[in-house]
Amino acid sequence: MASGVKPRVKAPKTASAGEVVTIKTLISHKMESGQRRDSDGNLIPRSIINRFTCDFNGTNALDVEMHGAISTNPYFEFDVTIPESGDLQFTWYDDDGSVYEDVKSVKV
Amino acid sequence: MNFKMLSVVSAVALAMPTLGAAGPDDDTLIINEEIEVVTKAEPAEHLDGALYEVISGWHFRNDDTQAIEMDDFDNPGMLGVENAMATWNTAEGSAGKSCADCHGDAAESMKGVKATYPKYDEKAGTVMTVQMKVNECRTERMGAEAWKYDAGPAIDMEAMIGSQSRGMQMNVAIDGPAKPFWEKGKEIYYTRYGQLELSCASCHEQNYGNMIRADHLSQGQTNGFPTYRLKNAKLNGAHSRFKGCIRDTRAETFSPGSDEFIALELYVASRGNGLGVETPSVRN
Repeated sequence: MASGVKPRVKAPKTASAGEVVTIKTLISHKMESGQRRDSDGNLIPRSIINRFTCDFNGTNALDVEMHGAISTNPYFEFDVTIPESGDLQFTWYDDDGSVYEDVKSVKV
Repeated sequence: MNFKMLSVVSAVALAMPTLGAAGPDDDTLIINEEIEVVTKAEPAEHLDGALYEVISGWHFRNDDTQAIEMDDFDNPGMLGVENAMATWNTAEGSAGKSCADCHGDAAESMKGVKATYPKYDEKAGTVMTVQMKVNECRTERMGAEAWKYDAGPAIDMEAMIGSQSRGMQMNVAIDGPAKPFWEKGKEIYYTRYGQLELSCASCHEQNYGNMIRADHLSQGQTNGFPTYRLKNAKLNGAHSRFKGCIRDTRAETFSPGSDEFIALELYVASRGNGLGVETPSVRN
């Protein structure tokens, strides 16, 4: 189980209808690649965030699949069109089965 | 066009992009669209003409790297600052006290600390760095174990304390009781170490703005330390950087937290007097 995992999202609180807004997200995570060895020479098992999604009012806006070469604390910056007031739902899926979530409301 | 002429043309073409390409740029550093940071300053008097201008390492990085430092959300160094902020408020040790119990709000009590450290300490009778002061508190007042020099929690704490001084100009004292320590640091700065026989000055005074293999040489200023390096994805202390530099000269290095590095930190900080604090900065 990865420790110290904390999702962070920066999104505007208000937008005009149909506006394209920039969202920044970062999740603090070690992103252990599964290629490294500890001081005894044993392989450290892979532990990464393997998927990240962003939905707006239930409609998918972004779906990212991640593999072993993504560096620590994955950061995503992307644009979303906001047609109406609603919630942006962010979800991160960990290798160990944990799911981290965050919600940001945007008012039109 | 004969062969000779062709090679002259290509030699010029090859040389052109490298000429001055590694030098500092003219951008302005404003963090969070709010904190304006002085990144170019008049050299301190003691430099005696060794530098015509003191320039923050920020100017030697490309626009993308510069941008990461300009927004706290983008700056991964702020994750360390956040960690330390949690530690600040957590009681530890036999006295059951946290940093906040004595020092209150770090934004108030720690403001300006980074700008004047390392500093001569009356009680200890020596020059002390921020990390040493933190450990003094931990062992004497909190009854907690001292952190290892430049270890994770110590670096996070130093970055958090440093970040409270962002935008303030470096102004370490080099006179009075600090003078002998400063002299010692200066001597180390100009001493050639290792099989390559390089001193700090060989690169950071005589060759800043030139390429060192594939990277740009800066003046080696410490106004942004602890600094988040993209190459190892963590905060790095000034002493660890000194160690890396001396190691690269193929010498036996001093240890982080040693008297030599404390003196050197004071001297290097004094070379950057006038530069704004950027902690935690972002570099390659």
